[in-house]
Amino acid sequence: MAFTIKVNGVDRTVDVDGDSPLLWVLRDVLGMTGTKFGCGMALCGACTVHLDGAPTRSCITTIDSVGSAAVTTIEAIGDTPAGQKIQKAWLDVEVVQCGYCQSGQIMSASALLAGNPHPRDADIDDAMSGNICRCGTYVRIREAIKQAAQSNGREG
Amino acid sequence: MILSRRSFLQAGAATGGGLMLSLTLPVANGAAEAADADGFAPNAFVRIGSDGQIVLTMPYVEMGQGTYTSIPMLIAEELEVDLKQVRLEHAPPNEQLYGNPLLGGIQATGNSNAVRASWQPLRETGAIARAMLVAAAAKRWNVDHVSCRAQSGEVLHAPTGRRFTYGELAADAARVPVPENVPLKRPEGFKLIGTPAKRLDTPAKVNGTAIYGIDVRPPGVKIATLMQSPVFGGRVKRVDDTAAKAVKGVRQIVRLDDAVAVVADHMGAAKKGLAALVIEWDDGPHAKLNTKEIAEELEKATLNSGPVAQNIGDVDKALASAVTKIEATYELPFLAHATMEPMNCTVHVRNDGCEVWVGSQAIARVQAAAAKTAGLPLDKVVVHNHLIGGGFGRRLEADGVIRAVQIAQHVDGPVKVVWTREEDIQHDMYRPYWFDRLSAGLDEKGMPIAWNHRFAGSSVLARWAPPFFRNGLDPDTTEGAINLVYALPNLHVEYLQVEPPGIPTAFWRSVGPSHNVFVTEGFIDELAAAAKQDPVAYRRALLDKTPRAKAVLDLAAEKAGWGQPLPERVARGVSLQFVFATYMAQIAQVEVSKDGSVRVRRVVCAVDCGTVVNPDTVRAQIESAIIFGITAALYGEITLKNGRVEQTNFDTYQMLRMNEAPAIEVHIVQSSEPPGGMGEAGTSVIVPAVANAIFAATGKRLRKVPVDSSVLKQPV
Repeated sequence: MAFTIKVNGVDRTVDVDGDSPLLWVLRDVLGMTGTKFGCGMALCGACTVHLDGAPTRSCITTIDSVGSAAVTTIEAIGDTPAGQKIQKAWLDVEVVQCGYCQSGQIMSASALLAGNPHPRDADIDDAMSGNICRCGTYVRIREAIKQAAQSNGREG
Repeated sequence: MILSRRSFLQAGAATGGGLMLSLTLPVANGAAEAADADGFAPNAFVRIGSDGQIVLTMPYVEMGQGTYTSIPMLIAEELEVDLKQVRLEHAPPNEQLYGNPLLGGIQATGNSNAVRASWQPLRETGAIARAMLVAAAAKRWNVDHVSCRAQSGEVLHAPTGRRFTYGELAADAARVPVPENVPLKRPEGFKLIGTPAKRLDTPAKVNGTAIYGIDVRPPGVKIATLMQSPVFGGRVKRVDDTAAKAVKGVRQIVRLDDAVAVVADHMGAAKKGLAALVIEWDDGPHAKLNTKEIAEELEKATLNSGPVAQNIGDVDKALASAVTKIEATYELPFLAHATMEPMNCTVHVRNDGCEVWVGSQAIARVQAAAAKTAGLPLDKVVVHNHLIGGGFGRRLEADGVIRAVQIAQHVDGPVKVVWTREEDIQHDMYRPYWFDRLSAGLDEKGMPIAWNHRFAGSSVLARWAPPFFRNGLDPDTTEGAINLVYALPNLHVEYLQVEPPGIPTAFWRSVGPSHNVFVTEGFIDELAAAAKQDPVAYRRALLDKTPRAKAVLDLAAEKAGWGQPLPERVARGVSLQFVFATYMAQIAQVEVSKDGSVRVRRVVCAVDCGTVVNPDTVRAQIESAIIFGITAALYGEITLKNGRVEQTNFDTYQMLRMNEAPAIEVHIVQSSEPPGGMGEAGTSVIVPAVANAIFAATGKRLRKVPVDSSVLKQPV
């Protein structure tokens, strides 16, 4: 059946089963391939998008559960203040290696920073431990989040 | 193809036996046949358009290791262009042009050798192109070329301040005779090499625009996913696809001999269709196979002697005279690669040809495998290589391409075959299982006078590149077990090739050393313990003839604060190696909880990899390799039960996560030696460092990974 979802501010209508995961609607139906497939079971975080700003694993989010929530993907996260800072820090710190997981890492980190301008190490652990990086860029991800937070100023 | 007439590679026998290819620049009729109407392409790696666009063709594929920055740095250094001026292209399959000289001419990215293989020839490539551009400018100005110099993509005539861009010179440069000898810069003249140049591949990787193999979308592409026989070697007996076909979006079910695929409009529908299939399998000859039997077979093999990989002195005699004798056996498990980008391949089979989109470490093999499977001549198969979402050796294999072509032969139009994570883990080709048997003899001072090591396991190289497997030995399987950094007066190493039934094996990050360094660095630690000596001091006493090894050991020990007190059940462990032409020492600081769980808190690494091309990439690769190795040390294990891989996804095949990641420090030794490999060395060396730290913290010697926490519980 047809579903209309708002992706990066644009209404998109797709005709799929209601239990189709949002991940595949984005990637295969709408052609937005920035959001990645890693596990299909919310174990790795590669597919993370935002639903009304909350980091969400799109691989287990069915299209019929999205409703009117605003879907934000890696393709548009740079339009948000937190996303922009995170992307810049990612490049400044040279976080990225193979890069495949980094869409999800950036989505998780952007949500963290949007809700917590000055995350502590424990906050970073909580927010980021659901995102696996097989290249092991964790040390730099932590550094980049802290660098992005610094640009929030001290009083944040 | 256009470039092939302009450059060719000369094959000759290399010392050491492999086929060595050396780059020879075009010499047709004494002048470069590099003249396009409007461009300059002096060789297979550099192309300069009259519009000024500088395109570098990358013979090695980017999978995170930074090769799309370090290789351009080599060319750009001598070509005198800024990295931001160049555009990169993946090389097409063409072993003549893009074969890896350190892999016998196979067009492959692996064994941490892209920089090593490119260091001389690709700097020469850049230098010759630059010399031709300078000559073209000098001719136009009618001045001596010595008065001209190249800089940032331009040629300048200093006395008059005149300048031409490379684009303006491209057409003329193409008609300049190719110089015979162009001197390369001396290290003190390097502008790029040795600097932490920004990676060229990253901007697209932070905004979702980078295209990996899994992201390609040829017009009309369908998405397929598959289930292969759960037991290797099994067959499909019967399929009931009634329910699968009824799933909305499912277009077609493809039945192969040993797999079934569901073709759909999107992966969600394909997966739903797959779950709805009822498949009956004939499990075949391996239906009852368990890991235990494979391990027992290997253990048994090490009771007999095998081909000698290295012999120094007389081990038997030395053992007989030893004051102390030590024996041990070590074991390492099968491991999956678990690249974050699951296996995938997109194929369009037409009547007259075949097109393949994939991310591959060995693109020419992809072409050959697709051609063979489709029954087409090589030149009818077009392969597009892509960024790789994690290679680690997995994408040196073409098994996924073969499977995708088999499916695509049944599909009208292009089809993207995407493995589920479960299929990816359960139908990987695995790091081999190893069984090692060692004995050593110590003299009255506790120093080793005999070292005897025999091991059994699969030779990946014997399958992947048979010419390298000779007299029962291959250079990969034994790397890290022979030519040890330590002065061992009597040493004997034997390898027995035993191919396990019912489970395919392949290269895995840090390859042979991933096994050997765990064993040798664990065993040397055992000898130090038996001699009641400090593990660093003990190793150090054996390094007088390997000063670079001693230097990295000293540096790591100093930076780690070796010897400084730590709390109870927290300890440091050391490990040292010389593999991939790189010296590396690591010290892991590990905390073992009362319940036996292990946390690696800090890792200090000292590395001497010769000349450093990009120090930030060196650091990044070591950080990466350490995390990769700790994952293996703490969690990595693939097991077979009744022929089936028991692990399925990241819940049962765990990865290290952010909350478990240690602090990592990398200290680089300045050196002007030729570059060593960097992509893998950090993985092999960390695993024994962790095991040795656990021994220091608990007194438990782990001779098998992954760590068994149950033996590390603190007695109540």
